[in-house]
Amino acid sequence: MTAVEADLAAGFAATIAAGDRIEPRDWMPEGYRRTVVRQVAQHAHSEIIGMQPEGAWITRAPSLRRKAILLAKVQDEAGHGLYLYSACETLGVSRQDLTEQLISGAQKYSSIFNYPTLSYADVGTIGWLVDGAAICNQVPLCRTSYGPYGRAMIRICKEESFHQRQGFELLATMMRGTDEQRAMVQESVDRFWRPALMMFGPPDADSPNTQQSMEWGIKRHTNDELRARFIEMTAPQAAALGVTLPGNDLDWDEFWRVVKGGGPCATERIAHRKQAHDDGAWVREAATAFAAREPREPQEPRGAAR
Amino acid sequence: MTRSEWPLYEVFVRSKRGLNHVHVGSLHAPDDALALRHARDVYTRRSEGVSIWVVRSDAITASSPDEKDPLFAPSGDKVYRHPTFYDIPDDVPHM
Ligand SMILES: [Fe+2]
Ligand SMILES: [Fe+2]
Repeated sequence: MTAVEADLAAGFAATIAAGDRIEPRDWMPEGYRRTVVRQVAQHAHSEIIGMQPEGAWITRAPSLRRKAILLAKVQDEAGHGLYLYSACETLGVSRQDLTEQLISGAQKYSSIFNYPTLSYADVGTIGWLVDGAAICNQVPLCRTSYGPYGRAMIRICKEESFHQRQGFELLATMMRGTDEQRAMVQESVDRFWRPALMMFGPPDADSPNTQQSMEWGIKRHTNDELRARFIEMTAPQAAALGVTLPGNDLDWDEFWRVVKGGGPCATERIAHRKQAHDDGAWVREAATAFAAREPREPQEPRGAAR
Repeated sequence: MTRSEWPLYEVFVRSKRGLNHVHVGSLHAPDDALALRHARDVYTRRSEGVSIWVVRSDAITASSPDEKDPLFAPSGDKVYRHPTFYDIPDDVPHM
């Protein structure tokens, strides 16, 4: 390490130690940049792939009210993906590379989205438990050390509360319905509870990167801490709904199998994303050609930015 | 197929009358008009804004990120520009 590098490294360490944020053009260790890129990309991909399990029910919503809500929720998830991609791009990665790495499997997304949605109750359960777990994970990330990531998380957290509440309300409505509807809710919760707990990642003992990520202020809590907090927050909500939460025993072999692309819907999710991207190619090309047209039509004066 | 991406735009939103436009993030768009349209969809889905500016990221000139940038040095030693520099007796009102 040269004297200049040592000086830069000391400046970085001092910023982290003071609890200040690292901004895009600051010097940062290569490992820090790599870790933030990996985490933010994985997070962005999860928002984008996460549109699919619920999006599949938009055309089959039971009422116009539920349809409008679900449409708005899925649209928010697209927005979350875009905030996070733009945060990731501040570190010099291109959007195109990110999309390609998702499609090739080089970058991962949350294993929860590799499970199927079998009934409309799943829309409620995902809002309540999956968005609920995401909130638990994301609130501390508003204080993450990388500035653009933290700012994206603040925008996202403001919108997530609606997601969780609409899910809970949907389930509560079904619980006031028939025995068959109550059974649908319980069956859905039974299927999603353990996968939702796995959203916090492997146990601390098997999470080798956690220590370094916490020293760098990228992560603020360990996986097991957040998981325990989520279980504690969810118990009274389940009681209010009148559903029973299955046990908290988790099958980590299944977790690793799903993370590595072995989930029931993994192939379908990536194939769908790839097709959507390929189908949009002509739109991107046409818009690019239109923007480059010659001679430019005289533009109406738009007025100075004031 | 082309490898080149749509250019990057920075987005600024005025949340309500009387406030400045504030930087909220960025997005890709083929041209200025579509950048504005996309900015509306991505950054103002809940009436977060009454006015949006978009500007191509490559049109922005920025100072060096270092806080010790000599650009800011001239203001560092001018404590007399701050009101707290001056001693005023406690019994002098309205100052
Ligand atoms: Fe989200
Ligand atoms: Fe959400």
